[in-house]
Amino acid sequence: MSAPPPPDFSGLDPELATEAAGVGGRGTLLGSSASSGLLPGWAPYGVFAAALAFCAAVLAALGIFTIALMLVFGAVVAVFGIYAWSRAVEGSRRAKDRAITMAIVAAFGVAMAPLISLLYEVIKRGVPGLSAEFFTEDARGKISGGGAEHAIVGTLVITGIAVAISVPIGLMAAIYMNEYGTGKLRRALTFFVDVMTGIPSIVAGLFAYALFEIFFGPGIRMGVMGSVALSVLMIPIVIRASEEVLKIVPNHLREASYALGTPKWKTISKIVLPTAFAGLVTAVMIATARIIGETAPLLVTTGVVDSLNTDPFGGRMQNLAVYAFNEYRSPGIDKAASYDRAWAAALTLIAIVMILNVIARLVYRRYKTEIR
Amino acid sequence: MASVDTTTNAGQLLAAASGGRRRRGDRIFSNIAVISAVTILALLAGVALFLVTEGWPALTASASELPGKEAFLDYVAPLAFGTVLAGALATVIAVPLAVAVALFITHIAPPRLALTLGFFVDLLAAIPSIIYGLWGIFVLGPAAVPVMKWLEEKLGFIPIFEGPASATGRTMLVAGLVLAVMILPIVSAIAREAFSQTPRKLQEGAQALGATRWEMIKMTVLPFGKSSVISGSMLGLGRALGETMAVTIILSVSGVISFNLISQANPSTIAANIALNFPDSSGIKINALIATGLVLFAITLVTNFIARAIISRSNVQ
Repeated sequence: MSAPPPPDFSGLDPELATEAAGVGGRGTLLGSSASSGLLPGWAPYGVFAAALAFCAAVLAALGIFTIALMLVFGAVVAVFGIYAWSRAVEGSRRAKDRAITMAIVAAFGVAMAPLISLLYEVIKRGVPGLSAEFFTEDARGKISGGGAEHAIVGTLVITGIAVAISVPIGLMAAIYMNEYGTGKLRRALTFFVDVMTGIPSIVAGLFAYALFEIFFGPGIRMGVMGSVALSVLMIPIVIRASEEVLKIVPNHLREASYALGTPKWKTISKIVLPTAFAGLVTAVMIATARIIGETAPLLVTTGVVDSLNTDPFGGRMQNLAVYAFNEYRSPGIDKAASYDRAWAAALTLIAIVMILNVIARLVYRRYKTEIR
Repeated sequence: MASVDTTTNAGQLLAAASGGRRRRGDRIFSNIAVISAVTILALLAGVALFLVTEGWPALTASASELPGKEAFLDYVAPLAFGTVLAGALATVIAVPLAVAVALFITHIAPPRLALTLGFFVDLLAAIPSIIYGLWGIFVLGPAAVPVMKWLEEKLGFIPIFEGPASATGRTMLVAGLVLAVMILPIVSAIAREAFSQTPRKLQEGAQALGATRWEMIKMTVLPFGKSSVISGSMLGLGRALGETMAVTIILSVSGVISFNLISQANPSTIAANIALNFPDSSGIKINALIATGLVLFAITLVTNFIARAIISRSNVQ
């Protein structure tokens, strides 16, 4: 028996051996870049800045300078730039690492750009449409186009009813899944709740319409139909989120309660739910924020109307999202004013969503029961 | 020992004292929980059932009664094509970006920043779709016009950039871009989850053998997260297929079947077609629209089933 053959390194990059020291000792060598064949610590930033400046100059020379183009081309040039520089100094493996890191950071920037642009544009274009009239008047018979009070009230009514339907059902289902569920029903529920999160919002709207049409006849439009449609979308979100929260409640609390002879339902309602309270509030608020801006299901269930309607069973009911869509789709004689109102509605909506999201996080942070 | 005995006794006494009431309370409470659970299953079944009931008349009606005087399959085919094209385009654009975003948050950004960055990515998911639509038509569309002109001039020999380039930006390409932004958060959230669960020992092992960070990611993180990325992409695709308002606002439609991404004439999508025509329709047209909704429901269900099956299979391993 001969000794086992030595590991075969022939397939590896020939640079590996010479580079291993540099790569492995990165942490210690980073500081002394001058002597070690490593780029200085500022290299990625420097290359990126240089690439931006280069692209700005080229684009300006061509006369097509825009910030977006500069950033896009700058990122591409920077990726190649850092590769070339690093390859010359550090070798191909490090060069590839640096180039891909740069590309990933750039991709993250690309992904964030729409968020920044969108928030900026909504604020810039939404503010001119905001006025006292926007919040206090409806649009019935107004030549000027009127306000959006009816849409704001409608949004609150429709969403409020949807929350009132979804939270008890969703919460009890989550309690079932986490505290009671066993066997087939639980597994079916887990799976179908996942499936339900994927229902397209317009399909939820069609479902609500089909359901009510059977009882009230064709062409029916009511605020509560919208609430039913939104509930179909909201219930799975509530279940998933509150199930996560209930899971975190430690078992020893339940066991301590049982040990004292407390019945199961009291354990759940007096121990588990209060412990998870902050998390549940957060879950409900985030779910509400998700559905409050839904447009498509309301377009087919609550319809479009110009006047204030606070009766969810009394015919058509306007809401902010559909209002924004309608101001864009069928603008009045003064197109610009209609578009302003659409953007103002968008701004109001986004403000509500952001406020709900931020409060949800604050509630969670402030009232979170310490669980160890 | 003594204290344990006391609690046990107290518990037994309590139980004995309130035995009857306790059982009734428990029974009622657990019944409510079970009923809620069953309600949800019934709701999902109800969605399918009511769509079938209301869509059925259109499926069985003769061609002359339906909108456009054509058989239902001919009516829905271009819409289904448009739906799949828009969804596929969005997925193709979003997935590489989402993977990059997930890698950035889990492996490149300073760990202290990761939570905050994740919050910003999630904010993208919180923005209502109507606002994406307005942004697409007023901001992104006009900005994309010169780019699409350039694509037509330089890359016009590729069928998807054949042109003539739209002058308004209301094209499939812009709709696909906006959809991509909308589904990016869900894809990246699932990828992030998987990437951050890559076993530390694998990552450290790779780096101890001298791998650079990218080599470590390529050898450990990406293979580990592969099935999650695939299922996340399927979920994103499901979202994009059913997304309504952004497409309704952005796309200028003409019922053609065409892969041309930058022209004025685009196939509509099922969801957008419903949103555009439902408010003004009545009678059998409503049934036809509900039937197309049923088709959309079926397409998204299949997509989601596959995605969930991949997730649950990879969880078992």
